[in-house]
Amino acid sequence: MNFLIMALLGAAMSAAAADDRGQRLYASCAGCHGTAGAGSGSSGEILPVLAGQPKDVLAASMRAFRTGERPATIMQQLAKGYTDEQIELIAAYLAAQPGPAR
Amino acid sequence: MKRRHFIGGIGALASLGGCATTSTTGATVTATSRRHVVVVGGGYGGATAAKYIRLWSAGAIDVTLVEPHAMFISCPLSNLVLGGSKQMADITLGYAGLARHGVRIVRERAAHIDFDKQAVLLAGGQALRYDRLVLSPGVDFLWDQLPGMQRTSAQDSVLHAWKAGAQTVALRAQLEAMPDGGVFAMTIPPAPYRCPPGPYERACQVAHYFSRAKPKSKVLILDANEDVVSKGALFKQIWATRYAGMVEYRPGFHTVDVDADARTAISELGDKVQAAVLNVIPPQRAGAIAAQGGLANVNQRWCEVDFLTFASTRAANVHVLGDAVFAAPLMPKSAHMANQHAKVCAGAVVDLLSGRAPNPAPMLTNTCYSFVSDREAIHVASVHAWDAAKKTLLVVPGSGGVSGAGNALEVEAAYAISWARNIWSDMLSQAVEPGD
Repeated sequence: MNFLIMALLGAAMSAAAADDRGQRLYASCAGCHGTAGAGSGSSGEILPVLAGQPKDVLAASMRAFRTGERPATIMQQLAKGYTDEQIELIAAYLAAQPGPAR
Repeated sequence: MKRRHFIGGIGALASLGGCATTSTTGATVTATSRRHVVVVGGGYGGATAAKYIRLWSAGAIDVTLVEPHAMFISCPLSNLVLGGSKQMADITLGYAGLARHGVRIVRERAAHIDFDKQAVLLAGGQALRYDRLVLSPGVDFLWDQLPGMQRTSAQDSVLHAWKAGAQTVALRAQLEAMPDGGVFAMTIPPAPYRCPPGPYERACQVAHYFSRAKPKSKVLILDANEDVVSKGALFKQIWATRYAGMVEYRPGFHTVDVDADARTAISELGDKVQAAVLNVIPPQRAGAIAAQGGLANVNQRWCEVDFLTFASTRAANVHVLGDAVFAAPLMPKSAHMANQHAKVCAGAVVDLLSGRAPNPAPMLTNTCYSFVSDREAIHVASVHAWDAAKKTLLVVPGSGGVSGAGNALEVEAAYAISWARNIWSDMLSQAVEPGD
């Protein structure tokens, strides 16, 4: 019985940990892009809302910032700090967040 | 019915280990007793930590935020109040958004920590027991290193304005009252201090104000450091072009005393500089509450932490964030960095109270904008990752940098305002329109 609980508990925990990775990584971006990619909610906001955007679009943007293909003031310098795997995790997390109400 | 058993099983098992079990993805698992985190300090570090512990525990962990001030006033953008392009209302926000996340806010000063009983004693006498304590106390000033500044009357006339609030308003009033042709002198302490580029931004803002309103006046920077600590080439270029003949930079001026009545800064070498308005940024250490119990174990000034969790290396179940921390290499004491500390810490607190190992690979960013006029800004940015071999957070090679030569500074200013809106929303879930 204890063994079964341990096994189930272990499975639940590792699953949560995997789901958390994108959430935790994205938190390093939220200072500028808002909690869970929702932006600031300000009417004057100039950054695009990232929540709910397609994963592939988000990941391609980050890679284009990293190579310098997409012009930027600051994002090229920040994108260079993240690996392909980390970019995929962040993009998947953001894609799964509720987008802005339209 | 099976699910109930399963949940009960986990709760029972977890309670054997003394931990509530929660999932950060939303599902909550029942526990025998709720866990309580006390956060001291409602600034960029503490407010963010309080919110994210609630968010990532899906409300399963109780959070109390101890903050004596009714309103949050942002240090970032506060130099623009000195420059005249922003008002205090533009940088002042409330805590109602945190309350909506279920954070209990206690408007009192934390006076003492009882590490054995795991309790924070408030100035009013109440004790708050904690399972984990998060301290984000900012900095306090080392007035004893400036003997002439120890009197209250000296501190009321020679201002620091290094904690945004009444001092910001008062320094702006001194600048407004100063006759044209006067000298504004600012002293900078040896690094590390809060906000490395902040003094140089302030010099730009005062020069911006003088160039509009008092064109015969001067800005004199008396820097204890041997060179500009942050964004040096950019600031020097701005001073030489935008504010030519108005800003003078004097490195290696280590202020060791102040004659407040004569508005005079006195250097280690005995040089005296008198000014119409003297602004002394004092040397700093971790906020007083963190100095207790030996938490400030680096030079009795800063708190050493384990950067995987931001747990103090001195006291169990106590975490320290923000400017109070003895920083990792190239990690600035910035608002953005405090926000980042808070999320690594919040994740670790949720994990540890859930019986899980904390995230083994935290990532942090730093983004810091400085306004060089009312509508132009420059930046410095970096990405920091855990280095398992060196057991610290290090800048990811190839990441980061400062504003490039081709950057339009007006565009960077728009991003800087966007940064403020977003980080205030991220930490307080509160909107304010700081204008454009």
